[in-house]
Amino acid sequence: MSDIVLEVKDLVKEFDGETILNGIDLQIEKGEVVVVLGPSGCGKSTLLRCMNGLEEVRSGQILLDGEPVEKGARNIYKIRQRIGMVFQSYDLFPHKTILDNITLAPIKVQKRNKADAEREAKELLERVNLAEKADAYPRQLSGGQKQRVAIVRALCMHPEIMLFDEVTAALDPEMVREVLDVILELANQGLTMVIVTHEMSFARAVADRVIFIDDGKIVEENSPEQFFTSPKTDRAKAFLNTFEFEPARHKEAEFSI
Amino acid sequence: MQDLGISILFKGTNFLRLLGGLGITLKISLISAALSVPLGIAFGMFMTIKNPVTRAISRIYLDFIRIMPQLVLLFIVFFGATRMFGWNLSNEFSAIFVFAMWGTAEMGDLVRSALISIPKHQYESAEALGMTKLQTYFQIIIPQTLRRLIPNTINLVTRMIKTTSLVVLIGIVEVMKVGQQIIDANRFEYPTAALWIYGVIFFLYFFTCWPISIVAKKLEAKWKN
Amino acid sequence: MDWTFIQKYWPDYLEAAGLTLRIGIAGILCAVLVGIFCSAVLYFKVPVLRRIVAVYIELSRNTPLLVQLFFLYFGLPKIGIRLEAGTCGIIGLTFLGGSYMTEAFRSSLEAVETIQFESAQSLGMTGVQTLRFVVLPQALATSVPAVVANIIFLLKETSVFSGIALADLMYVAKDLIGLYYQTGEALLMLVAAYLIILLPISIIGTILERKVRYAGFGN
Repeated sequence: MSDIVLEVKDLVKEFDGETILNGIDLQIEKGEVVVVLGPSGCGKSTLLRCMNGLEEVRSGQILLDGEPVEKGARNIYKIRQRIGMVFQSYDLFPHKTILDNITLAPIKVQKRNKADAEREAKELLERVNLAEKADAYPRQLSGGQKQRVAIVRALCMHPEIMLFDEVTAALDPEMVREVLDVILELANQGLTMVIVTHEMSFARAVADRVIFIDDGKIVEENSPEQFFTSPKTDRAKAFLNTFEFEPARHKEAEFSI
Repeated sequence: MQDLGISILFKGTNFLRLLGGLGITLKISLISAALSVPLGIAFGMFMTIKNPVTRAISRIYLDFIRIMPQLVLLFIVFFGATRMFGWNLSNEFSAIFVFAMWGTAEMGDLVRSALISIPKHQYESAEALGMTKLQTYFQIIIPQTLRRLIPNTINLVTRMIKTTSLVVLIGIVEVMKVGQQIIDANRFEYPTAALWIYGVIFFLYFFTCWPISIVAKKLEAKWKN
Repeated sequence: MDWTFIQKYWPDYLEAAGLTLRIGIAGILCAVLVGIFCSAVLYFKVPVLRRIVAVYIELSRNTPLLVQLFFLYFGLPKIGIRLEAGTCGIIGLTFLGGSYMTEAFRSSLEAVETIQFESAQSLGMTGVQTLRFVVLPQALATSVPAVVANIIFLLKETSVFSGIALADLMYVAKDLIGLYYQTGEALLMLVAAYLIILLPISIIGTILERKVRYAGFGN
């Protein structure tokens, strides 16, 4: 039991009188990679935001090592330092260089030594092949490069768990891969992660466990192999079907033109 | 407050005289605004012409008018025209002339920025549907610019009204001048008249411009996106 | 053109320009302070105060400076508040400019995207840290063009100071026209004086605006 990093207990979230999350229970173990899937509007991004105390919840609890994660709580700032989060896009600070983006929180929030923070930031940038961009500004980077920096920025805080909220959804297709490769590498190193994504083959490759959410509830919990080859529930089947296309339908039509 | 100075307003026709003065102010500003709108639309379209000469001309005109205080422009026309060309312009004509020139520049810039704010693909897709240039303008572009333009134009009217307060300085008998006359005439009877008269004029302006601003703000909010 | 006349009287303009600038700059600085305060009140939705600020903004934006000055300079002494013309000028400019500066700061504060707050918070920053390191630097930078435009607007507005007998540029020009009928020369120097003051600010404003709009940070 002591291996559980993050625990969600009977979480209910409402927005404008509408129930977004309706009784979510989830436990994430140390070193585990959990991928959250589901149709748009199912509440998966909201769940992730709740895990970082960015949303007020109606009822239920989120615990990080047994300590509550709660928006507006006095110690939420301390808690958030231990949870890394990467958003869909455009969340780098435009007025700071890449290096300053990464070291801002370690220096100002964690009060770490500037030289140490910068050294670590540079090492991390090296690992994502962006060492030469340290002094550039965000607008000089491509979308994929920005997202890699955002990941590094979160990592530099030494979080116990990382949350990824559709980090490739706003990227051009050719940039998706470079970002996903970074996340895969982190997974291989044993970082605890919760990932919301629409990239099915990536989900299958990276996940230790798949959570399928629909209508604010966990509908299916499964291993990635099982989930993608023989899902237990009809709703998961229907969801997976939306990613399939009937092949070669137009081949014959072409000749008749 | 020994004599309750505000009662000066109700003495004789004083309040009506003030309103009459406000009427002169409004007349000047509304005529200037009415001239500025069509001239400004023409000037705005003129500014979008891609020709270095017309660009330079419109740029210099716009920048000069914008950078000079309106009072300076008023002095140039009212005092300068008399001296340099021997024209004897009435102060009211000078005021309308200057405010219309200024309004044309401001309106023109609003029209120009509204026109260039419409993305190019709007022009292109209209033309791809086989519309002529004129059809494109009247069916597609202008309806889209109106929602931006109308609130800004209404705001220009309030600016025009506020700016018209300057004409007292070239001797036009408008609300401030009438106020001064009332104060001077009642100097001994109502020693605190200046406080009340200028206070009332302050609120006369406010209650003239405020409703117009509200309309502009409402339209702006309604038409956002 | 009578150049000897211009030679003789340009020092008068210089002096008047000094007065215009002194009062103008003092008023603008106060207006910036008022603007920062009021935009903070509106941004943080401070109860009660935000209503007062809203009323102030409407009063300030819907009345002409000249009328505000007449009330301050001719009206207030009647109830024993006697202000020097220069003080009236600064107060008037502050009252007028405060609302314009408020608008400039408020809109650039609101232009900082929510995601910027959230990513600062997800890094564990407190509210104050978020404001100081993330929101304010961005908002101040984007507000620059609007602030410069307001500065030009307010410096132009100082031309009505002659209405309350302040010896500013307009006052000197009017004086010379009245005394010597050298209208052309007097007006030429007037236009030149305003161009010398305002043109550089306007050019700087255009450059800054282009920088903020097209390039942003990193140029």
